[in-house]
Amino acid sequence: MKLIKSAIAILAIVSSSVSSFAGDVGIASYGERFADRNCSWCHGPSLQGFATAPRLAGQTRQYIENQLRNFRAHTRDNPLSKHYMWGAAANHLSPQTARDLAMYVSTLNAESANDGDKGLAARGQTIYREGIPASNIPSCIACHGPNAEGAGAEGAGEIPRLGGLSYHYLKRRLEQWGEGYHAAAAAPMPGIASQLSANEIEALASYLSFVK
Amino acid sequence: MKVVSLQLVLAAAILAIVFSGVGRADGTGAPAFSKRMAAQEVSGDRAYRASRHPHRDEERRYREAPAGARTLQAKIQYCHDCHGPSGQGYRGFFPMPRLAGQTTEYLENQLRAFVEHRRETHIAIVMSKVHGLSPEMRMALATHFRDLNPKPFGGAPRELVDTGKKIYEEGDPDANVPACSACHGPEAKGSGAIPRLAGQLYPYTVKELANWSTERGQTPAAPDTSAVMQPIAHSLNKSQIDAVAAYVSHLE
Repeated sequence: MKLIKSAIAILAIVSSSVSSFAGDVGIASYGERFADRNCSWCHGPSLQGFATAPRLAGQTRQYIENQLRNFRAHTRDNPLSKHYMWGAAANHLSPQTARDLAMYVSTLNAESANDGDKGLAARGQTIYREGIPASNIPSCIACHGPNAEGAGAEGAGEIPRLGGLSYHYLKRRLEQWGEGYHAAAAAPMPGIASQLSANEIEALASYLSFVK
Repeated sequence: MKVVSLQLVLAAAILAIVFSGVGRADGTGAPAFSKRMAAQEVSGDRAYRASRHPHRDEERRYREAPAGARTLQAKIQYCHDCHGPSGQGYRGFFPMPRLAGQTTEYLENQLRAFVEHRRETHIAIVMSKVHGLSPEMRMALATHFRDLNPKPFGGAPRELVDTGKKIYEEGDPDANVPACSACHGPEAKGSGAIPRLAGQLYPYTVKELANWSTERGQTPAAPDTSAVMQPIAHSLNKSQIDAVAAYVSHLE
């Protein structure tokens, strides 16, 4: 009797765990399994981001593919990219895997970081919408969209969604371009970001972190 | 013996399941380096920030450079930021039109039309804020873009091109639409106040033709040259607009 009870208990426990694993393997895409095994350590279990590892969930597909390529080619050279992403992209990532990953993350629901300075958000919104014409800074809406959603139906597909990204991440990127770190070839962002003052960067990063 | 080993297996199974869950449930798998960086960011320490970015001011300051060259170059770069590195246009969230190879008169007219609110964009980008340009500056900008000649941006539906060519070269007499080539030229290069269409972005041309009466000639008391296009744009139907826009978009 004891034997049978123990056997039933073991079967019950093991089968409940097996069924959830089997469900993952059967239904999850290659991109999802790859991301769970390799990306979630830094980017969070649902890829919502953590500290300076940006949210990937809900990002535009072509942008993700392009960044993975830029990590491999070393064209994206800011310090954390160099420290973490160059190795990650070189070791595991074929172009097909990059496409699968990009497809997967682009379908994920994105949560806003909401970690900016609320007091600066209004100024950030003004800068985002109008740019700073007297200083030759264009409106961000032209490329990134009215709700910072990234490339829309008209878009070339490569423009990132900014809405809800972490204040800390956005602030670093905007600062880094002004420090001489590179973007993709011919991208306008280094020239634009170099013109922004520290307060303007904080305002923009704050505003964007609250956008849904 | 059997009972003992089964109990061990039970314990092992429980332990295995518990430990396999820990890594997935915990959201803070980031390495210590990232956490240290995050702490330093959050502290907002002014001295720390200054040490990392010694050349960035709190408020606005222009970098040192000869004032004249800086101003024109800065304005040119400002245009390129949206209109593409070689002025070929760009499909951002909105389509930003090609300026390369455009006639200087047309470019200057549009710059003035935006500032005078004779032309609106309705896409939340306020081109009228591109102000403060002297006539000499407008001429210099227009000349710069006129002399650029990149390949067309591309991306229009190929299957519409033949229909579009027919409309471009023959118009639509039944609808009172003259041939576009009559004014815009056989190669769509334009001339004087009449703009070049060759290589223009497909979604931009579609939008202009569809929205002509709500975007152009917005000061009825002071009509401008855009008035000549109003009846033509009005008479074209949607499929004709798409076709002719596709056709001109791939011309070089």
